[in-house]
Amino acid sequence: MFTILDLVQPDNLAEAYQILSDKRNNTILGGCAFLKMGKKRINTGVDLTKLKLNYIQETDGFIEIGAMTSLRDIETHPLLTEHYNGVLPQSLRDIIGVQFRNGVTVGASVYSKYGFSDLITALLSLDTEVELFKAGRMPLADFLSKPKEKDLLVRLWIKKTKRQASYLSFRNSASDYAVLNVAVSMLNNRWTIAVGARPSKAAIAISASALLSLEGATSETIEEAAKRTSEELSFGTNTRGTATYRKALCRALVKRGIMEVLACKSN
Amino acid sequence: MQIELTINDKAVKWEVANDEFLADTLRSHGFLSVKKACDTSCCGLCTVWMDGKSMLSCSVLSLRAHGKKITTIEGLPKEAEEFAQILSAEGAEQCGFCSPGFIMSVLAMKNELVNPTEEEIIHYLTGNLCRCTGYMGQLRAIKIYLGVA
Amino acid sequence: MENVGQSIRKIDGMAIAMGKPVYTEDLAMPNALVVKILRSPHAFAKITSIDISKAESLEGVECILTFKDVPNARFTLAGQSYPEPSPYDRLILDQIVRYVGDEVAIIAAVDEKTALLAMKRIKVEYEVMEPVLDFEQAVGHPSVVHPEEDLSCNFEIGLQKENNITSSSHEEVGDVDEEFKRCAVVVEDVYYPQAQAHTMMETYRAFTYLDHAGRLIAVSSTQVPFHIKRQLARALQIPASKIRVIKPRIGGGFGGKQTGAGDVFAGLVTLKTGKPAMIIYDRKETFSATTSRHAMRLKVKLGADQEGFIRAIDMQVLSDTGAYGEHAPTVLGCVGHYTLPLYNKTRAVRFDGKAVYTNKMPAGAFRGYGATQGTFALESTVNMLAEQLKMDPTEIRLKNISKVGETFLTGPGVMLGSSSLDRCIAKGKELIGWEEKFPRREVGYNKVRAVGMAITMQGSGIANIGTASAEIRLNDDGNFTLLTGATDMGTGCDTILSQMAAEILEVPMEKIIVHAGDTDTSPYDPGSYASSTTYVAGGAVVKAAEELKNKILAQSAAILGVAPQDVEFDGLAVRTLSGDQEISFAKLAELTILGTGKLQLVGYATQGCEVSPPPYIAGFAEVEVDRETGKVDLIDYVAVIDCGTVINPNLARIQAEGGIAQGIGMALYEQVRYDEIGKMATNSFMQYKIPSRKDVGKVRIAFEESYEPTGPFGAKSIGEVVANTPPPAISHAIYNAVGVRENHLPITPEKVFLGMQKL
Ligand SMILES: Cc1cc2nc3c(=O)[nH]c(=O)nc-3n(C[C@H](O)[C@H](O)[C@H](O)COP(=O)(O)OP(=O)(O)OC[C@H]3O[C@@H](n4cnc5c(N)ncnc54)[C@H](O)[C@@H]3O)c2cc1C
Ligand code: FES
Ligand code: FES
Repeated sequence: MFTILDLVQPDNLAEAYQILSDKRNNTILGGCAFLKMGKKRINTGVDLTKLKLNYIQETDGFIEIGAMTSLRDIETHPLLTEHYNGVLPQSLRDIIGVQFRNGVTVGASVYSKYGFSDLITALLSLDTEVELFKAGRMPLADFLSKPKEKDLLVRLWIKKTKRQASYLSFRNSASDYAVLNVAVSMLNNRWTIAVGARPSKAAIAISASALLSLEGATSETIEEAAKRTSEELSFGTNTRGTATYRKALCRALVKRGIMEVLACKSN
Repeated sequence: MQIELTINDKAVKWEVANDEFLADTLRSHGFLSVKKACDTSCCGLCTVWMDGKSMLSCSVLSLRAHGKKITTIEGLPKEAEEFAQILSAEGAEQCGFCSPGFIMSVLAMKNELVNPTEEEIIHYLTGNLCRCTGYMGQLRAIKIYLGVA
Repeated sequence: MENVGQSIRKIDGMAIAMGKPVYTEDLAMPNALVVKILRSPHAFAKITSIDISKAESLEGVECILTFKDVPNARFTLAGQSYPEPSPYDRLILDQIVRYVGDEVAIIAAVDEKTALLAMKRIKVEYEVMEPVLDFEQAVGHPSVVHPEEDLSCNFEIGLQKENNITSSSHEEVGDVDEEFKRCAVVVEDVYYPQAQAHTMMETYRAFTYLDHAGRLIAVSSTQVPFHIKRQLARALQIPASKIRVIKPRIGGGFGGKQTGAGDVFAGLVTLKTGKPAMIIYDRKETFSATTSRHAMRLKVKLGADQEGFIRAIDMQVLSDTGAYGEHAPTVLGCVGHYTLPLYNKTRAVRFDGKAVYTNKMPAGAFRGYGATQGTFALESTVNMLAEQLKMDPTEIRLKNISKVGETFLTGPGVMLGSSSLDRCIAKGKELIGWEEKFPRREVGYNKVRAVGMAITMQGSGIANIGTASAEIRLNDDGNFTLLTGATDMGTGCDTILSQMAAEILEVPMEKIIVHAGDTDTSPYDPGSYASSTTYVAGGAVVKAAEELKNKILAQSAAILGVAPQDVEFDGLAVRTLSGDQEISFAKLAELTILGTGKLQLVGYATQGCEVSPPPYIAGFAEVEVDRETGKVDLIDYVAVIDCGTVINPNLARIQAEGGIAQGIGMALYEQVRYDEIGKMATNSFMQYKIPSRKDVGKVRIAFEESYEPTGPFGAKSIGEVVANTPPPAISHAIYNAVGVRENHLPITPEKVFLGMQKL
């Protein structure tokens, strides 16, 4: 059973961060769905409710998403259903259920860098930046490769563009964690292929993306890019699938993802 | 700490622990329709509304209910009963343990979706597990309820 | 008929749907002690020391009990009629722990937090032993799971504890080896149906207290109140007369609650402290410290002649019963009993089986009870045979199934009283579109669709063992009270039994009050299992109602001064055939309970069953398989059912749909898995995936009624048989789609993918 000895609801970020760093066991409380499954003894729970971080808005050519925004809000917000072919809502739809997504938060989902994450894979295929209180603003890919440090994720910034994107996940059953997930996007013929749940955290297939960007998407380059993705990224084994299987799935899903982007482009 | 909330349209002040979850608080105050069937936020049996949105009460800290409007099936006698009658006429409340949470989701869906397709209905309710019925009878009841049969 | 055959709503339907406080936890006293169990982290170990002093001294801790504090009479948690065939192999707490999750200490405290804190403070030292984890290695393993001297059995079940053999079973008719030699085609294969978790939504729970007479009252979420009473008496070593078990509404059972769980722990705490105590298993305990379906290995060999008549069947079974032998011998026996009689053109049949102890969570009763595993193996092999013979799989069934009036080899002399299985097969073919769809069709980019099928049977009650009693009385107010021991667990039997009583007594359902599930007041009934409620308890209700009806007629006639044959029922009254006199039930009731020399009118009956008539199902699956990924989508599932007369079509349909969904889970998604040290890896709904509503596809049910002469109104059972067809039918459809025959359940996408790679 997880326990919270003390609880604070700070009025500003600096205070929240201060309390968070005071003690090793001080912890930010997101929607608590994940925390609840653990046995953590939290010294001071930092509740961000008063910081007004629950919003989605457009600012200076970016879509800005506050850390306490629920996944369901991302799923239904017009800014996100109408951009990038709704790739973010699409990535979230298989996570447990509506009432679950009404409760869990985007800040926790990104900060935790879960390997199985659907959201991170989709965000990685867009021009996403993460804003942390201490470490500041940085591209999502940089944040993912950075060693984990205690910080407070404040918001996400996604560049508002006409990027076309598609999201595919493969699950053994509908509301399970993904065995593999893939997001593919394209803007001005520059392609990005991101693959997650490998089962380690999502990564961009740099060489395969470059191949498509350079040579354009033809049936041969699509095959080649899918193959190259499955070769340049590493895959592991867990109870949901073996590395070999993931590699094969990767090839199939990347191919389908590219085709979907091409299909929406022509629409 | 003390929280002030509205529960089924009634304002109350409750003392809750920091690490207490809403489902337990609600049960301890006699809202026994709220059932729990898992420890991992997976089953949907504990579904209640917070400001009209369906939420897993097992995973919401009670203190987050401060200043909110909480609704359980006890607070929706008429609406819930209308659907429960249809569900029961189908025989789709088998053991009934999942029914209150399921009904809360169905009513939330009715408020949120306009003329949902069968696929949208199934998608909206995926977070409500049921081990007894195999879901088909629940779907028949919903279609009758929404008049899309 | 006014009541029988109608889709009458469940009498408790609105209360349970609206969340009224009618389940065990809702009814518990608020001051009940919270009982928690410290469980073993080792698969096999001996407790060498256990120090509870730091836990006991904690404020709010009421008692902590270890193996030193429990009676030393071994018992079984299997909910079966006495004398139980399952071995008496457990103590409430034992010095040896036999699986990860086995009980080490019982903690009772004023609240959950205190109990959990106390649990952390108990210091246990173990001498860890080498566990038996692979059931195929159990026989002859150097470790003996049950070395104790005082393990006992009520019957000779073939137990050899030094070899880890819990029970053995052998049945042979004719010369199987000789018969195979004569067959034109012989096929054989090996199957591995997995351990499956029941995952009823209401986890195991009970609360206990002492009443005004000092008796132990257990309010328990159980399918078997009378068996729980007997278990408590034996385990706690107190007289059965000192115990009362009450079953409130239950949030599902599926056979899981045919095995005792927390009752003995709560009961012991109440006896030691004198205080009310409540135990609620959390989901993790429910997954990892109760029971599951028996995992098995089945080798099946079939031989047929040129024309496709199945002449010989050989079935060899190894069943993993885990750390304790609950239901081990009976589930094993049912593998053969509920499969082999499907086909009776055989000349020789052999069944050989063993159940073995391992250091894993015990297996137990689970809807289907061995028939599920047996059906998967036998029906998959019949599908292989059809292919070898180049026969349509539906044709080979029609040619070989047992028909009404016939007997079968392993059940000498017992004639089949009813079957519409041939019609079920024909109807199912039509509904699924077999002619157009068998075996497969390409449906675009890398996708292929195919159909598959299987048939199954079960029993209705247990022949010569199952009984049920029922009592109906005419109350002082002219209403009726029906007392039964049948255990409604959402299945609707309180409703169905009232329907039957109402039908016989020719009164509206509202006139009948049902009272059930209380060992102090209910007539004896073993409980809801073995598909017995409608058939056996229903039979008792019909008899009791008929007896009461006759008494009412006789008594009314006497009052009206006419002969009994000159009166009849008319609404809520009895009137003379000539129609000139009548007496209402209310008046009759008044006269039978007022003054001297009267006798309240009561009908009472006990129904035993000499036979266990099989219900049948023909199941058809249509799947779509993705050739690139191995993903299987279930497109359509059709089950056509012969359960005799359908007493309540809606409730029967829901039973069927739910059972099929469980079967789909078994075919495609669910598996209880352990890690290398024997710890369960699938102890949450995130790691053990039951089908969600997106996973079941479309399930369609149809009934082909038959009339079972021994059943109430011609009814047979339906509760269990519904779980059996999905694994073989879906497996067959996948084979027809992509040529992969996967015999290890569940059939995951990766297995299909790997299978395709190997082709
Ligand atoms: C049963 C289950 C199934 C799931 N399935 C999926 C799935 O299929 N796909 C998927 O993508 N996700 C899945 N998730 C993850 C889910 O979507 C959320 O990402 C997760 O629950 C975390 O969100 P939360 O709000 O519950 O976080 P919490 O449990 O509150 O927090 C998780 C961690 O994040 C920290 N944290 C919270 N907010 C911040 C912040 N602003 N800055 C820094 N740290 C912070 C917390 O301190 C904690 O350590 C699943 C989760 C559960 C419980
Ligand atoms: S109890 Fe299972 S989701 Fe809340
Ligand atoms: S009716 Fe029993 S779990 Fe849904």
